[in-house]
Amino acid sequence: MLGLRLYMAQRLSAMVMIPLTLGHIAVMIYAIQGGLSAAEILGRTKGSVVWFLFYGLFVLAVSLHASIGLRVIVHETLGLKGRGLEIFMWLSGILLLATGLRALFAVTL
Amino acid sequence: MISIYSFLLETLTAINAAPSFTVIEAVLSASMQEMDVSVWRGDASGGGLEHFRVPAEESQTILDVVAWIQQYADPTLSYRYACRVGMCGSCAMMVNGVPRWTCRTHVKKVLKDNAITIEPLRNLPVIKDLAADMDPFFDKWVAAGGVHHPTKTRNEPIEILDPKTPERVETDTGIECINCSVCYAACDTVSSNVDFLGPAALQRAWTIYLDPKDADPNVILDAVSGKGGCHNCHSQGSCTLHCPNGLNPMKAIAGLKRATVASFFKGGR
Repeated sequence: MLGLRLYMAQRLSAMVMIPLTLGHIAVMIYAIQGGLSAAEILGRTKGSVVWFLFYGLFVLAVSLHASIGLRVIVHETLGLKGRGLEIFMWLSGILLLATGLRALFAVTL
Repeated sequence: MISIYSFLLETLTAINAAPSFTVIEAVLSASMQEMDVSVWRGDASGGGLEHFRVPAEESQTILDVVAWIQQYADPTLSYRYACRVGMCGSCAMMVNGVPRWTCRTHVKKVLKDNAITIEPLRNLPVIKDLAADMDPFFDKWVAAGGVHHPTKTRNEPIEILDPKTPERVETDTGIECINCSVCYAACDTVSSNVDFLGPAALQRAWTIYLDPKDADPNVILDAVSGKGGCHNCHSQGSCTLHCPNGLNPMKAIAGLKRATVASFFKGGR
Protein backbone atom coordinates (compact mmCIF):
# COMPACT_ATOMS: atom_id res chain seq x y z
CA MET A 1 0.00 0.00 0.00
CA LEU A 2 2.89 2.33 0.81
CA GLY A 3 6.16 1.60 -0.99
CA LEU A 4 9.51 3.33 -0.58
CA ARG A 5 8.84 6.05 -3.17
CA LEU A 6 5.59 7.24 -1.60
CA TYR A 7 7.19 6.97 1.85
CA MET A 8 10.10 9.18 0.74
CA ALA A 9 7.78 11.64 -0.99
CA GLN A 10 5.75 12.01 2.19
CA ARG A 11 8.78 12.34 4.48
CA LEU A 12 10.60 14.82 2.25
CA SER A 13 7.47 16.94 1.79
CA ALA A 14 7.07 16.92 5.58
CA MET A 15 10.60 18.25 5.96
CA VAL A 16 9.84 21.02 3.48
CA MET A 17 6.62 21.85 5.33
CA ILE A 18 8.23 22.28 8.77
CA PRO A 19 9.85 25.70 8.16
CA LEU A 20 7.01 26.78 5.84
CA THR A 21 4.37 25.98 8.47
CA LEU A 22 6.29 27.91 11.13
CA GLY A 23 6.67 30.82 8.69
CA HIS A 24 2.97 30.71 7.84
CA ILE A 25 1.95 30.77 11.52
CA ALA A 26 4.37 33.63 12.19
CA VAL A 27 2.91 35.60 9.28
CA MET A 28 -0.66 35.06 10.52
CA ILE A 29 0.22 36.20 14.05
CA TYR A 30 2.10 39.22 12.68
CA ALA A 31 -0.80 40.21 10.41
CA ILE A 32 -3.35 39.99 13.23
CA GLN A 33 -1.16 41.65 15.87
CA GLY A 34 -0.39 44.51 13.56
CA GLY A 35 -4.06 44.90 12.64
CA LEU A 36 -3.45 44.71 8.91
CA SER A 37 -6.55 44.83 6.71
CA ALA A 38 -7.11 42.41 3.83
CA ALA A 39 -6.32 45.18 1.38
CA GLU A 40 -3.05 45.93 3.15
CA ILE A 41 -2.05 42.26 3.15
CA LEU A 42 -2.87 41.91 -0.55
CA GLY A 43 -0.90 45.08 -1.19
CA ARG A 44 2.17 43.35 0.18
CA THR A 45 1.66 39.92 -1.40
CA LYS A 46 0.50 40.93 -4.89
CA GLY A 47 3.38 40.84 -7.30
CA SER A 48 5.78 39.46 -4.70
CA VAL A 49 8.05 36.75 -6.04
CA VAL A 50 9.10 35.77 -2.51
CA TRP A 51 5.52 35.16 -1.31
CA PHE A 52 4.72 33.38 -4.58
CA LEU A 53 7.63 30.98 -4.06
CA PHE A 54 6.94 30.62 -0.32
CA TYR A 55 3.26 29.69 -0.70
CA GLY A 56 3.77 27.95 -4.06
CA LEU A 57 6.21 25.52 -2.44
CA PHE A 58 3.87 25.18 0.53
CA VAL A 59 0.92 24.25 -1.70
CA LEU A 60 2.99 21.68 -3.59
CA ALA A 61 4.31 20.09 -0.38
CA VAL A 62 0.86 20.00 1.23
CA SER A 63 -0.75 18.43 -1.85
CA LEU A 64 1.89 15.73 -1.96
CA HIS A 65 2.00 15.07 1.78
CA ALA A 66 -1.73 15.13 2.46
CA SER A 67 -2.77 12.99 -0.50
CA ILE A 68 -0.35 10.22 0.55
CA GLY A 69 -1.54 10.51 4.16
CA LEU A 70 -5.18 10.30 3.04
CA ARG A 71 -4.26 7.24 0.97
CA VAL A 72 -3.02 5.47 4.11
CA ILE A 73 -6.03 6.50 6.20
CA VAL A 74 -8.57 5.51 3.55
CA HIS A 75 -6.88 2.15 2.96
CA GLU A 76 -6.60 1.26 6.63
CA THR A 77 -10.01 2.51 7.77
CA LEU A 78 -12.24 1.96 4.72
CA GLY A 79 -10.33 -0.86 3.04
CA LEU A 80 -10.08 0.89 -0.34
CA LYS A 81 -7.26 -0.67 -2.41
CA GLY A 82 -5.92 -1.27 -5.91
CA ARG A 83 -6.90 1.10 -8.69
CA GLY A 84 -9.58 2.76 -6.54
CA LEU A 85 -6.95 3.73 -3.98
CA GLU A 86 -4.63 5.13 -6.68
CA ILE A 87 -7.47 7.20 -8.18
CA PHE A 88 -8.46 8.48 -4.73
CA MET A 89 -4.89 9.55 -3.95
CA TRP A 90 -4.38 11.34 -7.25
CA LEU A 91 -7.80 13.04 -7.15
CA SER A 92 -7.28 14.29 -3.59
CA GLY A 93 -3.78 15.51 -4.53
CA ILE A 94 -5.06 17.30 -7.65
CA LEU A 95 -7.95 18.83 -5.69
CA LEU A 96 -5.59 20.15 -3.00
CA LEU A 97 -3.19 21.44 -5.65
CA ALA A 98 -5.94 23.16 -7.65
CA THR A 99 -7.53 24.88 -4.66
CA GLY A 100 -4.12 25.79 -3.26
CA LEU A 101 -2.88 27.24 -6.55
CA ARG A 102 -6.15 29.15 -6.98
CA ALA A 103 -5.57 30.84 -3.61
CA LEU A 104 -1.88 31.37 -4.41
CA PHE A 105 -2.63 33.08 -7.71
CA ALA A 106 -5.34 35.20 -6.09
CA VAL A 107 -3.03 36.68 -3.48
CA THR A 108 0.27 36.90 -5.32
CA LEU A 109 -0.46 37.58 -9.00
CA MET B 1 11.91 -9.63 77.05
CA ILE B 2 9.92 -11.75 74.61
CA SER B 3 11.74 -12.23 71.32
CA ILE B 4 9.93 -12.06 67.98
CA TYR B 5 10.70 -15.73 67.51
CA SER B 6 8.96 -16.79 70.70
CA PHE B 7 6.02 -14.46 69.93
CA LEU B 8 5.54 -16.10 66.52
CA LEU B 9 5.89 -19.53 68.05
CA GLU B 10 3.17 -18.75 70.58
CA THR B 11 0.86 -17.35 67.93
CA LEU B 12 1.33 -20.35 65.66
CA THR B 13 0.74 -22.72 68.55
CA ALA B 14 -2.49 -20.88 69.33
CA ILE B 15 -3.69 -21.30 65.74
CA ASN B 16 -2.76 -24.97 65.71
CA ALA B 17 -4.70 -25.46 68.92
CA ALA B 18 -7.84 -25.52 66.83
CA PRO B 19 -8.75 -28.93 65.41
CA SER B 20 -6.83 -29.55 62.20
CA PHE B 21 -10.15 -30.32 60.41
CA THR B 22 -10.62 -26.61 59.80
CA VAL B 23 -7.21 -26.34 58.19
CA ILE B 24 -7.79 -29.38 56.01
CA GLU B 25 -11.19 -28.07 54.92
CA ALA B 26 -9.68 -24.72 54.03
CA VAL B 27 -6.96 -26.39 51.98
CA LEU B 28 -9.50 -28.62 50.26
CA SER B 29 -11.87 -25.82 49.43
CA ALA B 30 -8.97 -23.77 48.08
CA SER B 31 -7.92 -26.63 45.85
CA MET B 32 -11.46 -27.14 44.63
CA GLN B 33 -11.94 -23.51 43.66
CA GLU B 34 -13.09 -23.15 40.12
CA MET B 35 -12.78 -20.37 37.60
CA ASP B 36 -14.91 -19.32 34.67
CA VAL B 37 -13.16 -19.98 31.39
CA SER B 38 -14.63 -18.77 28.10
CA VAL B 39 -13.15 -20.53 25.09
CA TRP B 40 -13.75 -19.59 21.46
CA ARG B 41 -15.17 -22.53 19.55
CA GLY B 42 -15.71 -22.62 15.82
CA ASP B 43 -13.93 -22.65 12.49
CA ALA B 44 -13.26 -20.44 9.48
CA SER B 45 -17.00 -19.99 8.92
CA GLY B 46 -17.58 -18.52 12.38
CA GLY B 47 -18.10 -19.40 16.01
CA GLY B 48 -18.49 -18.04 19.51
CA LEU B 49 -17.48 -18.36 23.14
CA GLU B 50 -18.25 -21.51 25.11
CA HIS B 51 -18.08 -21.50 28.90
CA PHE B 52 -16.33 -24.01 31.17
CA ARG B 53 -15.72 -24.34 34.92
CA VAL B 54 -12.09 -25.32 35.42
CA PRO B 55 -10.50 -26.20 38.79
CA ALA B 56 -7.94 -23.66 39.92
CA GLU B 57 -4.55 -25.08 40.83
CA GLU B 58 -1.23 -23.81 42.02
CA SER B 59 1.29 -22.75 39.33
CA GLN B 60 -1.32 -23.24 36.61
CA THR B 61 -0.69 -21.92 33.10
CA ILE B 62 -3.25 -20.98 30.46
CA LEU B 63 -2.09 -23.99 28.44
CA ASP B 64 -2.83 -26.17 31.50
CA VAL B 65 -6.36 -24.74 31.52
CA VAL B 66 -6.88 -25.49 27.83
CA ALA B 67 -5.44 -29.00 28.26
CA TRP B 68 -7.74 -29.63 31.25
CA ILE B 69 -10.81 -28.65 29.22
CA GLN B 70 -9.78 -30.96 26.38
CA GLN B 71 -8.97 -33.88 28.70
CA TYR B 72 -11.84 -33.61 31.20
CA ALA B 73 -14.62 -31.49 29.70
CA ASP B 74 -14.65 -31.63 25.90
CA PRO B 75 -12.20 -33.82 23.94
CA THR B 76 -13.23 -32.14 20.66
CA LEU B 77 -11.50 -28.91 21.63
CA SER B 78 -8.68 -28.19 19.14
CA TYR B 79 -5.55 -26.26 20.03
CA ARG B 80 -1.85 -26.30 19.19
CA TYR B 81 1.18 -26.77 21.41
CA ALA B 82 4.45 -28.67 21.42
CA CYS B 83 7.30 -27.94 23.82
CA ARG B 84 5.37 -26.40 26.78
CA VAL B 85 8.50 -24.51 27.86
CA GLY B 86 8.42 -21.36 25.72
CA MET B 87 10.74 -22.52 22.96
CA CYS B 88 8.65 -23.70 20.03
CA GLY B 89 6.21 -20.80 19.61
CA SER B 90 3.23 -23.08 18.93
CA CYS B 91 0.79 -22.28 21.70
CA ALA B 92 0.16 -18.54 21.35
CA MET B 93 -3.48 -17.50 21.82
CA MET B 94 -5.47 -14.43 22.76
CA VAL B 95 -5.93 -14.37 26.53
CA ASN B 96 -8.38 -11.75 27.76
CA GLY B 97 -7.90 -10.01 24.40
CA VAL B 98 -4.09 -9.96 24.63
CA PRO B 99 -1.79 -12.22 22.59
CA ARG B 100 0.32 -14.41 24.88
CA TRP B 101 2.40 -17.58 24.86
CA THR B 102 0.03 -19.71 26.88
CA CYS B 103 2.58 -22.23 28.18
CA ARG B 104 4.46 -19.49 30.02
CA THR B 105 1.47 -17.42 31.10
CA HIS B 106 0.39 -18.09 34.67
CA VAL B 107 -3.34 -18.02 35.35
CA LYS B 108 -2.84 -15.86 38.43
CA LYS B 109 -1.22 -13.20 36.24
CA VAL B 110 -4.24 -12.80 33.96
CA LEU B 111 -7.23 -13.96 36.02
CA LYS B 112 -9.77 -11.14 36.24
CA ASP B 113 -12.89 -11.48 38.41
CA ASN B 114 -12.15 -15.20 38.51
CA ALA B 115 -12.64 -15.41 34.75
CA ILE B 116 -10.47 -15.87 31.64
CA THR B 117 -11.32 -15.59 27.96
CA ILE B 118 -9.20 -17.62 25.54
CA GLU B 119 -9.46 -17.07 21.78
CA PRO B 120 -7.40 -17.97 18.69
CA LEU B 121 -4.66 -15.55 17.60
CA ARG B 122 -5.86 -12.31 16.07
CA ASN B 123 -5.05 -11.36 12.45
CA LEU B 124 -4.89 -14.99 11.28
CA PRO B 125 -7.56 -17.27 9.82
CA VAL B 126 -8.92 -19.93 12.17
CA ILE B 127 -8.58 -23.62 11.38
CA LYS B 128 -10.64 -24.81 14.32
CA ASP B 129 -11.28 -23.53 17.85
CA LEU B 130 -7.99 -22.20 19.24
CA ALA B 131 -5.79 -23.36 16.35
CA ALA B 132 -5.03 -20.45 14.02
CA ASP B 133 -3.81 -20.96 10.47
CA MET B 134 -0.16 -19.79 10.51
CA ASP B 135 0.29 -19.90 6.71
CA PRO B 136 -0.05 -16.12 6.07
CA PHE B 137 2.45 -15.48 8.85
CA PHE B 138 5.10 -17.77 7.37
CA ASP B 139 4.34 -16.77 3.76
CA LYS B 140 5.18 -13.20 4.71
CA TRP B 141 8.32 -14.42 6.49
CA VAL B 142 9.52 -15.64 3.08
CA ALA B 143 8.17 -12.59 1.21
CA ALA B 144 10.19 -10.26 3.47
CA GLY B 145 13.40 -11.76 2.12
CA GLY B 146 14.25 -13.58 5.31
CA VAL B 147 16.25 -16.20 3.48
CA HIS B 148 20.02 -16.46 3.70
CA HIS B 149 21.87 -15.77 0.45
CA PRO B 150 25.13 -17.70 0.81
CA THR B 151 28.55 -16.37 -0.14
CA LYS B 152 30.34 -19.69 0.22
CA THR B 153 29.79 -23.35 -0.53
CA ARG B 154 29.75 -26.13 2.06
CA ASN B 155 33.26 -27.13 1.03
CA GLU B 156 34.80 -23.90 2.21
CA PRO B 157 35.76 -23.28 5.85
CA ILE B 158 33.26 -21.53 8.10
CA GLU B 159 33.72 -17.78 8.16
CA ILE B 160 34.68 -16.50 11.60
CA LEU B 161 32.67 -13.47 12.73
CA ASP B 162 33.61 -10.98 15.42
CA PRO B 163 30.74 -11.01 17.94
CA LYS B 164 31.57 -7.47 19.03
CA THR B 165 30.93 -5.60 15.78
CA PRO B 166 27.96 -3.14 15.99
CA GLU B 167 26.10 -5.10 13.30
CA ARG B 168 26.49 -8.37 15.18
CA VAL B 169 25.51 -6.79 18.51
CA GLU B 170 22.39 -5.38 16.83
CA THR B 171 21.67 -8.76 15.20
CA ASP B 172 21.87 -10.47 18.59
CA THR B 173 18.91 -8.41 19.81
CA GLY B 174 16.67 -9.85 17.11
CA ILE B 175 17.53 -13.50 16.60
CA GLU B 176 15.76 -15.09 19.56
CA CYS B 177 12.40 -15.01 17.77
CA ILE B 178 10.43 -18.24 18.28
CA ASN B 179 7.91 -17.50 15.46
CA CYS B 180 4.99 -17.53 17.90
CA SER B 181 3.14 -14.80 15.95
CA VAL B 182 2.27 -12.89 19.12
CA CYS B 183 3.66 -9.68 17.55
CA TYR B 184 1.70 -10.35 14.35
CA ALA B 185 -1.50 -10.78 16.37
CA ALA B 186 -0.76 -7.64 18.39
CA CYS B 187 -0.11 -5.43 15.34
CA ASP B 188 -2.91 -3.01 14.44
CA THR B 189 -1.27 -2.28 11.09
CA VAL B 190 -1.53 -5.97 10.14
CA SER B 191 -5.22 -5.94 11.04
CA SER B 192 -5.95 -2.88 8.90
CA ASN B 193 -3.51 -3.56 6.05
CA VAL B 194 -3.55 -7.19 4.90
CA ASP B 195 -0.44 -6.74 2.75
CA PHE B 196 1.76 -5.62 5.64
CA LEU B 197 4.52 -8.15 6.20
CA GLY B 198 4.36 -7.80 9.97
CA PRO B 199 6.89 -7.36 12.77
CA ALA B 200 8.41 -10.87 12.96
CA ALA B 201 9.12 -11.18 9.23
CA LEU B 202 10.63 -7.70 9.07
CA GLN B 203 12.77 -8.32 12.12
CA ARG B 204 14.06 -11.50 10.53
CA ALA B 205 14.84 -9.55 7.34
CA TRP B 206 16.70 -6.95 9.43
CA THR B 207 18.95 -9.55 11.07
CA ILE B 208 19.78 -11.12 7.71
CA TYR B 209 20.42 -7.70 6.18
CA LEU B 210 22.99 -7.09 8.93
CA ASP B 211 24.67 -10.46 8.39
CA PRO B 212 28.10 -9.93 6.76
CA LYS B 213 27.84 -13.48 5.39
CA ASP B 214 24.76 -12.59 3.34
CA ALA B 215 25.63 -12.19 -0.32
CA ASP B 216 22.93 -9.77 -1.37
CA PRO B 217 21.50 -7.38 1.25
CA ASN B 218 19.92 -5.30 -1.52
CA VAL B 219 17.55 -8.16 -2.29
CA ILE B 220 16.30 -7.82 1.28
CA LEU B 221 15.92 -4.05 0.97
CA ASP B 222 13.87 -4.55 -2.21
CA ALA B 223 11.72 -7.19 -0.49
CA VAL B 224 10.90 -4.87 2.42
CA SER B 225 10.29 -1.81 0.22
CA GLY B 226 7.20 -3.10 -1.57
CA LYS B 227 3.58 -2.23 -0.98
CA GLY B 228 3.43 -4.29 2.23
CA GLY B 229 6.91 -3.40 3.38
CA CYS B 230 8.45 -1.77 6.42
CA HIS B 231 7.28 1.72 5.39
CA ASN B 232 3.72 0.81 6.32
CA CYS B 233 4.63 0.45 10.01
CA HIS B 234 3.16 3.21 12.19
CA SER B 235 5.60 2.49 15.05
CA GLN B 236 2.75 1.91 17.50
CA GLY B 237 4.95 -0.59 19.32
CA SER B 238 2.42 -3.32 20.16
CA CYS B 239 4.90 -5.89 18.79
CA THR B 240 7.58 -4.80 21.21
CA LEU B 241 5.12 -4.50 24.09
CA HIS B 242 3.78 -8.03 23.70
CA CYS B 243 6.83 -10.01 22.46
CA PRO B 244 7.17 -12.81 25.03
CA ASN B 245 10.92 -12.97 24.46
CA GLY B 246 11.42 -9.27 25.09
CA LEU B 247 12.53 -8.55 21.52
CA ASN B 248 12.06 -5.18 19.83
CA PRO B 249 10.72 -5.65 16.28
CA MET B 250 9.78 -1.96 16.15
CA LYS B 251 13.47 -1.09 16.43
CA ALA B 252 14.31 -3.60 13.69
CA ILE B 253 11.69 -2.03 11.40
CA ALA B 254 13.11 1.42 12.15
CA GLY B 255 16.51 0.02 11.14
CA LEU B 256 15.10 -1.22 7.84
CA LYS B 257 13.50 2.18 7.21
CA ARG B 258 16.86 3.87 7.78
CA ALA B 259 18.65 1.39 5.53
CA THR B 260 16.11 1.79 2.71
CA VAL B 261 16.21 5.59 2.97
CA ALA B 262 20.02 5.54 2.81
CA SER B 263 19.80 3.22 -0.19
CA PHE B 264 17.25 5.58 -1.81
CA PHE B 265 19.64 8.52 -1.59
CA LYS B 266 22.65 6.48 -2.68
CA GLY B 267 21.24 4.65 -5.63
CA GLY B 268 17.87 6.22 -6.38
CA ARG B 269 16.19 2.95 -5.46
